[in-house]
Amino acid sequence: MSYFFADLPEYTAMILFGIGLSILMLAKNLVKKIIGLNIMDTSVFLFLAAKGYVENTVAPIVTPEELGHIDSALYSNPVPAGLVLTGIVVSVSVTAVLLSLVVRLNEEFHTLDIDEIIHILRKRDREDLK
Amino acid sequence: MNKEKRDRLYAILCTCLTIVFIGVMLFMATDLPHLGLATNPDINEVPEFYVEEGPEETGALNAVTAMILHYRAFDTLGESCVLFVAAISVFILLRIDGNASNDTIVAIDRRYEPVNDPILSKTFLILVPAVFMFGIYITMNGHLSPGGGFSGGAILAAGLLLYLNAYGLANTERFMTSKLYRRVTALALCFYAAAKGYTFYMGANGLETFEKAGVPGRILSAGLILPLNVCVAIVVAMTIYSMYIMIRKGGFNK
Repeated sequence: MSYFFADLPEYTAMILFGIGLSILMLAKNLVKKIIGLNIMDTSVFLFLAAKGYVENTVAPIVTPEELGHIDSALYSNPVPAGLVLTGIVVSVSVTAVLLSLVVRLNEEFHTLDIDEIIHILRKRDREDLK
Repeated sequence: MNKEKRDRLYAILCTCLTIVFIGVMLFMATDLPHLGLATNPDINEVPEFYVEEGPEETGALNAVTAMILHYRAFDTLGESCVLFVAAISVFILLRIDGNASNDTIVAIDRRYEPVNDPILSKTFLILVPAVFMFGIYITMNGHLSPGGGFSGGAILAAGLLLYLNAYGLANTERFMTSKLYRRVTALALCFYAAAKGYTFYMGANGLETFEKAGVPGRILSAGLILPLNVCVAIVVAMTIYSMYIMIRKGGFNK
């Protein structure tokens, strides 16, 4: 229990991931599904960024005077920052492609409801069979 | 079973699944190493090397920049290419047919945004230069302070979008055309690839490069990291702007 508050970012990330997953499964609106996916992405970034923190340290940016005798114990971990950067770029790209697909679907079916789109598609299939 | 009943059953099942999932994840999280301890297994020789050797070997004071633009520079090139490919996919998906007349595009433009709104224009007249300057500052200081190509480019893109929303597409398209986007982005990516290829080739053969040129702490230092940051910023700003314009208006006019 003494570590509960220190580990709070981890627990928050887990709960956010679950919230995003439930939105992804339950929301009928395609834009809301994309928002759910983004919440899941954000939870992973929060988890990674929290992992990079080390107590009583500062961001890994040294001063010019320190060059030559840098002590890594004074600075936090730079590796998760690089990983989060990669994740953010991929998340932005995926969101953009998904949103453009949604724009196209809306132009075709005039709705964002996934159930209605499936319904219209099934109706078209039945008409094709006749 | 009718549709409403099936939907309700699906919702209940999903909620139960999510609650069980969150519970399992939280239970596992209690077993993870606690945050912030210096004895954690992720504080090993890798971050130690990046922090202690990175600024010395590259001349960039920011260890994260030294890592992503020097040791793992090809990873960052891949990221920039992912952005570029995503923008191209959006282009392909949302392209307006060539025979759509210019009037319809202008009509769509006017429907969604207040063109020549006095309050917006006057506010953004003050705001946009400051936003641009902040973005350029973050990009240029990527090797000295927090920031770098990705964050600076995102801020520059925000400035472009502000400009677009305040003054309309016609004004923005005096300089931001699809031709400019394609050429500048491809040029920035090619320069990045060529610069890093050169450094890796020379370094692998034990030859001298201008990798550490400049006094650490100055703007013009750390050799290739500053130009590479500028390249990344250009790609990010152009890509976010073009994605916005494609999704919002279906494409560049010119």
